[in-house]
Amino acid sequence: MWQQLYDELKDHGFMVFAVAMDSRGPEIARPWIEAAKSTYVSVIDTEHRLADLYNMVNVPEAVWIDETGRIVRPTEVAGSGDYFRKMDRQTKTLPEDAKVMREEMRALYMNALRDWVRNGRRSSYAFDESAARCHVRPQSEDVALAHCWFRLGRHLHAAGKLDEAEAAFAEASRLHPDSWNIWRQMGDIKHQGQPNPEFWARVETLGNRRYYGKIDMPGMP
Amino acid sequence: MVTLLTERGSFEVKARRVGEDLWVDSDALAEATGWELKPEGFCRDEVCVPLPRGRESEFRQGAEINAAKLWRHAGQPIVVSRDGEAWSLGTSAALRTSALESLEAPDVALPDLDGRIHRISDHRGKKVFLSTWASW
Repeated sequence: MWQQLYDELKDHGFMVFAVAMDSRGPEIARPWIEAAKSTYVSVIDTEHRLADLYNMVNVPEAVWIDETGRIVRPTEVAGSGDYFRKMDRQTKTLPEDAKVMREEMRALYMNALRDWVRNGRRSSYAFDESAARCHVRPQSEDVALAHCWFRLGRHLHAAGKLDEAEAAFAEASRLHPDSWNIWRQMGDIKHQGQPNPEFWARVETLGNRRYYGKIDMPGMP
Repeated sequence: MVTLLTERGSFEVKARRVGEDLWVDSDALAEATGWELKPEGFCRDEVCVPLPRGRESEFRQGAEINAAKLWRHAGQPIVVSRDGEAWSLGTSAALRTSALESLEAPDVALPDLDGRIHRISDHRGKKVFLSTWASW
């Protein structure tokens, strides 16, 4: 998905650092990485360390980091939104209006990224320091503890201690229900890559609540 | 040996378990977590948590540090496997939030498909689009 953008911008001092959050290991991510034929950096994070360090809750999320290592847009959803909830559960297809929404959000986000790469701090999509700070999601003690349990669960699972691993993952998810990284990864492990039968039931529990935070960009729905 | 699970990865370290205490070599703890004992207290980068006066020996004996006690004292999350062989040491919410609010991008070292390690900081001088995805 990012290769075209990288090709277009790589001569402007730009790098994509793509991280696969796949606890079942690099071989699970391999087919996607090879199919993408990516020339940017593509790494695997079996322990979801990035989710802990950057307070992330789902994929795809992104952070914009400038040439000096400063964050100019903190963790936010990378151009996606709640339109996925309109998906037809049998055919796994989106209705037309949701597809339009998806394309519109993606295009806006990609154009914003282009604008920042070309214009740096002058880009209206790069936050100044105080705005960037305001957009940092504060972490809670429960979330900090959830990341601890998740790491332990992944370690126990890799060591073959499956029951104890499942209990650790469940505790992580209980402490951090907004983290879909945790429960979706837990489901992927449990069902070995097959669709999680509990997926839509979990989505339904949101009710009218929006899942993805609003991307704070001019024109973004 | 025990396994320390931290935001930096997994580390096998020599350790002594005594009840709820976990004594590990100070250099091994610093490598796994970035935290070390200094005259000001228990520190990582510019942040220091002072030790309770007169009780230093509960936290440090020679080159060994009671990591579990230090973690609890500093209000940082810690969990342990039932057999006591794996300890997950976390970063407190307050420190995580203030680190992110400093706007300095936390660094991470992760392997590609060939096992080659990449760091975000390898790309200083470029704008970096750090983005996550997953197979699931």
